[in-house]
Amino acid sequence: MDFGFTIAAYAVAAVLFILSLGGLSGQESAKRAVWYGIAGMAIAVIATIIGPGAGLWIMSLVLIAGGAAVGYQLATRVQMTQMPELVAIMHSLVGLAAVFVGFNAHIELVRVAQIFTDAGLPYPQPEGPLSDAAYALSGSLASFGELLAKKTAVEVGILRVELALGIWIGAVTFTGSVVAYGKLSGNSSMLPFKIDTAAKKLPGGHILNAGAAALSVILLIMYLSGAGGWTLVLLTLLALFIGYHLIMGIGGADMPVVVSMLNSYSGWAAAAIGFSLGNDLLIVVGALVGSSGAILSYIMCKAMNRSFVSVILGGFGGPAGEQMAVEGEQVAIDADGVATALNEADSVVIVPGYGMAVAQAQQNVAELTRKLRAQGKEVRFAIHPVAGRLPGHMNVLLAEAKVPYDIVLEMDEINDDFPDTDVAIVIGSNDIVNPAAQDDPNSPIAGMPVLEVWKAKQVFVSKRGQGTGYSGIENPLFFKDNTRMFYGDAKASLDTLLPKID
Amino acid sequence: MKIGAPKELEAGEARVAMTPDSATQLQKLGYDCLIETGAGAAAGFTDAAYKAAGVEVVKTAAALWKAADIVAKVRPPTSAETKKLRQGQLLISFFYPGQNEKLMEAARAKGANVIAMDMVPRISRAQKMDALSSMANIAGYRAVIEAGNNFGRFFTGQVTAAGKVPPAKVLVVGAGVAGLAAIGTSTSLGAITYAFDVRPEVAEQVESMGAEFVFLDFEEEQQDGSATGGYASVSSPEFAAAQLAKFRELAPEMDIVITTALIPGRDAPELWTEDMVASMKPGSVIVDLAAERGGNCKLTVKDEKIVTDNGVTIIGYTDFPSRMAAQSSALYGNNIRHMMTDLTPEKDGTVNHNMDDDVIRGATAVYAEEITFPPPPPKVAAIAAAPKKEKPRELTAEEKRANEVAAFKQQTKNQVTLIGIGAVLVLAVGLIAPASFMQHFIVFILSVFIGFQVIWNVAHSLHTPLMAVTNAISSIIILGALIQIGSSSVIITILAALGIFMASVNIFGGFLVTRRMLAMFQKS
Repeated sequence: MDFGFTIAAYAVAAVLFILSLGGLSGQESAKRAVWYGIAGMAIAVIATIIGPGAGLWIMSLVLIAGGAAVGYQLATRVQMTQMPELVAIMHSLVGLAAVFVGFNAHIELVRVAQIFTDAGLPYPQPEGPLSDAAYALSGSLASFGELLAKKTAVEVGILRVELALGIWIGAVTFTGSVVAYGKLSGNSSMLPFKIDTAAKKLPGGHILNAGAAALSVILLIMYLSGAGGWTLVLLTLLALFIGYHLIMGIGGADMPVVVSMLNSYSGWAAAAIGFSLGNDLLIVVGALVGSSGAILSYIMCKAMNRSFVSVILGGFGGPAGEQMAVEGEQVAIDADGVATALNEADSVVIVPGYGMAVAQAQQNVAELTRKLRAQGKEVRFAIHPVAGRLPGHMNVLLAEAKVPYDIVLEMDEINDDFPDTDVAIVIGSNDIVNPAAQDDPNSPIAGMPVLEVWKAKQVFVSKRGQGTGYSGIENPLFFKDNTRMFYGDAKASLDTLLPKID
Repeated sequence: MKIGAPKELEAGEARVAMTPDSATQLQKLGYDCLIETGAGAAAGFTDAAYKAAGVEVVKTAAALWKAADIVAKVRPPTSAETKKLRQGQLLISFFYPGQNEKLMEAARAKGANVIAMDMVPRISRAQKMDALSSMANIAGYRAVIEAGNNFGRFFTGQVTAAGKVPPAKVLVVGAGVAGLAAIGTSTSLGAITYAFDVRPEVAEQVESMGAEFVFLDFEEEQQDGSATGGYASVSSPEFAAAQLAKFRELAPEMDIVITTALIPGRDAPELWTEDMVASMKPGSVIVDLAAERGGNCKLTVKDEKIVTDNGVTIIGYTDFPSRMAAQSSALYGNNIRHMMTDLTPEKDGTVNHNMDDDVIRGATAVYAEEITFPPPPPKVAAIAAAPKKEKPRELTAEEKRANEVAAFKQQTKNQVTLIGIGAVLVLAVGLIAPASFMQHFIVFILSVFIGFQVIWNVAHSLHTPLMAVTNAISSIIILGALIQIGSSSVIITILAALGIFMASVNIFGGFLVTRRMLAMFQKS
């Protein structure tokens, strides 16, 4: 069979994918970029079904249609606030698919070897051109089998490494994503078990992970030296455990990094599988996704001033010394007080956080923005790079509520403006506005860049109660003289506030 | 106690120190209010309106001066009025104690206390009684209106069917309260407005009002404006020369010039010379708000409007606030009322003349038969002294160049090291791996590289869409499953089928969600 056409189509698809990622550099070009991605995917799938995947193509189409229906339901029903969970659970699908494909490759490999042995031919083939008998035999196999049949001993060895890697990474991605999903959604009814959002480790902690990883390497070597399929199964189980335990040990506050890390993993799994199948497009796209996820994780870790390794290995490091005691008291205020201050203010900066997403308060925030802007006040949004549970989470929510994106600013763009700001409103964020990051060298978040809201003339914090944030750190901002606490669910608070703004 | 406002005696003065509104507020402080009949007529407040506000209307000035414990006025008292002062009476008015020593002495001799509204210190707490500012604000506004009245063209540029009208160009000299008010009025009428002030720190305020600040090409260690309570001080001869040169350059272009430059306790500086007036276009207007102190333009005639030989109108009125008597009386009345609030901490209708209070002490010119002018400097600085800015040392061209070269070298070194390590690793793989693997491996390396290059440019706000897209794209794993599903082994087919199903959920879900998200991003 000649796949020249397929390869050409793959080349086109690869270019489209690259353009698709590159196009995300701006809001307007991003809209086009998605279409590039869709076109690339369509071309890749059609070319494969026409070419090497022609067997049972009707069934393939039916399955794709079924998947499309489910995917459509998921994508259209999901609330924008649940976006992190959706992305996480979709990663798990990719991971699981990679595991299946990897196992298939193994089974096919065993089968081809069996066929050759039955025919009295050696497998893997010795170096040099195929013997006529082997050639005839390989021609009788399906496309993937044919590819395998032509491999030499070294190539088969590499193939085994690749598929084992693909399975391993895929399995880690699968359980990791499921756990991440559970942590992000609190307690989902879709899961059979409850997941605590706090960082939790089995006794043994990192040693358990390291042990499982070491055992995986041993099993891999055993598998390579021909120990049989059970090693691969065991390897998968170990990987599943590592994925579960690794992510379990990471606190909810680090979930944005975890999600993008899992994203990266799913890419590497696809690339590894691509190697074992000899499919260049899989390699290209896997590598693109893998590196993009890695960079994203890196960018976010930098934004939090955390070392990448420490995030992956789980949890905040223990405080290095006595933390500064927080003095003063939190002073509460009611909606009338906030409304008066807002009516008098000329410039307002709103700092949204995960609390806004949880309370689904983005529409109310947008309404507040519209009202204040209608009065000619300057209203802007300050977005911390790690606000929310997903990179860019707040931008998406605000965009959903039709807040124009040109008044939504990044930390670096707005931090210098706080001293000239009349009112800063903190809605459901905590650690990202914690002055301890700058003042207290012993704070666990010391050195993390934060939004300097306390420099505004007045700060209102909308917060459910007096508890600490996700990281469990006391926030001195709440005790400052110019800070007033506006207790209550963010949405309910804004509902009472809105009619008072005029 | 009784507080009374007589009719102003000064010719042309239309303001009154008490309005029905401020009287209502004063009564809340526990005072009884008196007004001389007809005192508010020129400002549009009838006796009936005062009566309705609970103010007792007194027939004659003499009766008022006699009855009132506190007399509130606008202008400084005339000598006749001074004679009516009596022991313990409190007079609140503009007083200009620096120039009116005789008056001050007369008041002292009578045993009256005097609070000069023009001496209220410029501190934040006292802003509500800062009558100079509230009057200057009105003067600035009125100056523009007056100029427009004498200017034969539109302020705003228009393109009409009958022809094009260029916008007027307005120059405001001195960006104090009056200057800023003039700038605001002028820009809102649509004129192109320029402004100048010797204090470069007000450039920001000027620009915030919508005018363009005229900068001089002049280097001088400027005195920090905060040292003089926010007022301008005398500038050096060199600076003055540079300033005049700039004005000379601007003069032919300007349609309206409003000068407001005053230095406390001195004659107004001459800023607009005769030759500048001569170079202006016919029909241009100059409003000299400093006319009271001799004017910023030597041709200005106090209290009069003149037209020069070349057709330039110069307005030297000094009664701008009085020309808007209703507005200025309302504001001045409020200033007085706020002063009374500070003087009556108990709200019991009796004056507590607390000489330890910075504001009251500063404004008091005569107290307990002693002249208390000039006051000691206030305990609170009017404006926090601006911290001396440490200028970052200008790097010389060579140093800059050296820095650039060093940075470039460092970058090159980093890149070469990375490439070197990468190359060694790839070579190491190439030594053991067969050629068929290396073909794919090259593709892999290049893809990782492209990924790195592309992702750095992704906008921060698009990170969530990026994740959704990469998530959708990573379901490219479907290709593997598609290739395998045709196998003759049943278990492979089942696993591959599951794989296809899951991956396609991801493809459609991922792309749809991304589209949903991106559709929401919109500009304002």
